[in-house]
Amino acid sequence: MNHDAIRDKVAIVGMGCCKFGENWDKSPEDMIVEAAFEAYEDAGIDKPQEQIEAVFCGAVYPSKGTAEVADALKLFGKPVSMTQNYCATGTDAFRFGVFSIACGLYDTVLVVGFDKPKDRGVSGPSAVTAGVRGLPMTPAGWFSLCAAKYFETYGAGREDLAKIAVKNHHNGTLAPKSMLKKEITVDDVLKAPLISWPFGLYDCCAQSDGAAVAVLTKRELAKSFRDDYVLVKAVAIALAENPQSDPSFDFLRWKPNVYAAQQAYKQAGISNPFKEIDIAQVHDCFTLTELLTYEDLGFCEKGSAKDHIASGTFALDGELPVNTDGGLKTFGHPTGATGVRMLYENYKQLQGKAGQRQVKNATLALSHNLGGAPQTCGMTIIGTP
Amino acid sequence: MVGITSYGAYIPMFRLPFAAIAGGGRKAAASGSGGEKAVANFDEDCVTMAVAAAMNCLEGLDRAGVDGVLFASTSYAYKEKQAASIVAKALDLRRDVVTADFADSLRAGTTALRAAIDSVKAGSARTVLVVASDCRLAAPRSALERNIGDGAAAFLIGTTDAAASIEHHHFIADEIIDVWRTDAQPFVRSWEDRFVVEHGYAHSLTEAVKGLLQKSGLSPKDFTKAVLYSPDGRSYAGVARAAGFDAKTQVQDPLFGKVGNTGAAFAPMLLVAALEEAKPGSKLLLASYGDGAEAFVVAVTEPIGKLRGKRGMSWHLQRRAELGDYDKYLSFRNLQPTEFDRRAGQGVSATVHFRDRSEDISFHGHKCRKCGTEQFPFQRVCFKCFARDDFDEIRLSDRHGKLMSFTFDFFAGSPDPPLIVTTTEVDGGARVYLQMTDASPKEVKLELPVEFTFRKIHEYGGTPNYFWKCTPVR
Repeated sequence: MNHDAIRDKVAIVGMGCCKFGENWDKSPEDMIVEAAFEAYEDAGIDKPQEQIEAVFCGAVYPSKGTAEVADALKLFGKPVSMTQNYCATGTDAFRFGVFSIACGLYDTVLVVGFDKPKDRGVSGPSAVTAGVRGLPMTPAGWFSLCAAKYFETYGAGREDLAKIAVKNHHNGTLAPKSMLKKEITVDDVLKAPLISWPFGLYDCCAQSDGAAVAVLTKRELAKSFRDDYVLVKAVAIALAENPQSDPSFDFLRWKPNVYAAQQAYKQAGISNPFKEIDIAQVHDCFTLTELLTYEDLGFCEKGSAKDHIASGTFALDGELPVNTDGGLKTFGHPTGATGVRMLYENYKQLQGKAGQRQVKNATLALSHNLGGAPQTCGMTIIGTP
Repeated sequence: MVGITSYGAYIPMFRLPFAAIAGGGRKAAASGSGGEKAVANFDEDCVTMAVAAAMNCLEGLDRAGVDGVLFASTSYAYKEKQAASIVAKALDLRRDVVTADFADSLRAGTTALRAAIDSVKAGSARTVLVVASDCRLAAPRSALERNIGDGAAAFLIGTTDAAASIEHHHFIADEIIDVWRTDAQPFVRSWEDRFVVEHGYAHSLTEAVKGLLQKSGLSPKDFTKAVLYSPDGRSYAGVARAAGFDAKTQVQDPLFGKVGNTGAAFAPMLLVAALEEAKPGSKLLLASYGDGAEAFVVAVTEPIGKLRGKRGMSWHLQRRAELGDYDKYLSFRNLQPTEFDRRAGQGVSATVHFRDRSEDISFHGHKCRKCGTEQFPFQRVCFKCFARDDFDEIRLSDRHGKLMSFTFDFFAGSPDPPLIVTTTEVDGGARVYLQMTDASPKEVKLELPVEFTFRKIHEYGGTPNYFWKCTPVR
């Protein structure tokens, strides 16, 4: 495998993101158009029908599939495809977009991540009861699988998780497009109703509606769009054993994270992620997911996350700020949109356009999704030229 | 000698106090209504309790030798689809096992017992499992409700080392409208109790007992105990006296105030209780009632001592947990309106069920022939060594396991939240994502030893849909 095949060959030259939330008054079309036209404007694209050569979509709850995007943006006569990879859906759509340019087939493509789960009439994920085995299928139940063993092994607890929620809620107050803009306290988190132990309400991200769009082009053309373009360093996806049936699982880490990080760091040429990466958007569907991700991605030693949480390593003003825009915790999680929304934040941070939440001198940014049982992890690393 | 070679029983863990039915507090205390009844958990029914009793009966025995399963109940969910075949599959018995359901009558349990003995005597089978189980529903707060309990009993009938033989029997068939339930009625109904007892129960049962004594040439003093079905906590005494037994010393405690009348399983469960205390050489008189009556002479023999460790009645009477909340009981039985109907929807796919029967009903896993790794569910490619299609099927249901992980899920939707969800490692190494039942979050911890119990996993589509759960080893 050629790990250098991707690095620095593809540039992000425009991005857009609609306001995330319970968008009762917006259709998928509204959100897609809002995000795409922000991205067009950002990239200086005025003739998308001519300038966009292919479209890569990601959505988990599409009502029409690829036509939903083509119809909304009137992008016809060209490839429009859609991918699904659990919570890494948006990241995987981006990955295919990157490949399509890196291989030399297209010059400029569009990546569209979107989802509209709030049209289903339920506040959480819907119950799936096709069979009798593997029930209940609740994400909070799945992602809590490591809690008991991790807590017992490393002496962590609900208070450590709560601090992650408090941090992300704070960051979310500074992000114009977040859904929840409310500071919370550790006490709020600990006293909230339990959803699935150890997760209380504030340990869980909400479901929301959203769309985010990226314009990719080959490096050689990037300058023709803008000076402050951003380069793709790595795009990784890894599937891992189902933690519910894997006979060798240790319940102290998420294997997909470990697998995907190996790929991403090789592609990007990173040997010390904590030192080299400046900011990271990681999948905080539940607070424990973010905690385990710190360790699984090598930001800190296994078992040491609670010390770093306490000392503020991952806060906005810490050594490695994580979820600078408030993460899934404050944006909610429209599954197909989330990965592209994370890229939007990293792109703005690398350009120095992140407003009140700007991290100084950020040159290398990581994004990360973990989904399924969980079994899949998607990662991107992007950086300034 | 043909007879009972093993027994087992099952009483659900929950006990509903009479005080809770009465509304709790002062009213219950004033009426002096101490006592309780055994009630099935929300995930139990007559099939799951039958499987539990049968597993207790078969514990340590070779299941491949079982030639037949006779299932008796009045409360089985389906009118068309056999219970005995589900029980046989859950017990992982041979595919060429003879199965039959005995239904519709409160004495179906003892009728099935006699049929099993007859078939072994006739030589059409060598070993037959009889399992009687009932989970009858009375109208909430009706007079009948206090008397009715849930439970099951199982007997293995064979020829080797029989611990008790059935030497004589006498049957009475009677047409009477005393207790009944049609397809369209959820609750058991009953005519006025004095009529039911006088002209139904007492009349028929006394006739059957007297007929048996005459036929066998035995007299009441030849019996250590009379094991009598009873519709309530009093009426059996009159039958005992009328037949010449000492109602105080010579009648098996019918467990009203502890378990209740368990329908078709009642006389069989009381027989298990009597056998647990019986000495070799003693005789028991077994009599059950329902659309007539039937009575048997049960002669206890030397091998009874070998069955002492079985999970029968005394073990289950010790294992109890109070269900003090009557509303919760009502929701267990789908008698409370809820936001989401647990029985709605299309239900399970018959074709998926067809393909997954061995995993879901028999709880089989795979053991890799190349590397020995045990895994669940079935795999085509080994988790560890990646060998293709090279597995032996292994039965996990009668093993123990331990908790590798758990959560308490308040979101999943359960009549008794939180739902305890685990990743369990079955002894041997297979990992299974399993719900835990009959347990409190307080006792849940990593490495907790668990055993496995066949349960209704949900009722989507209006049918009981079964799978296994784990429960702490008691």
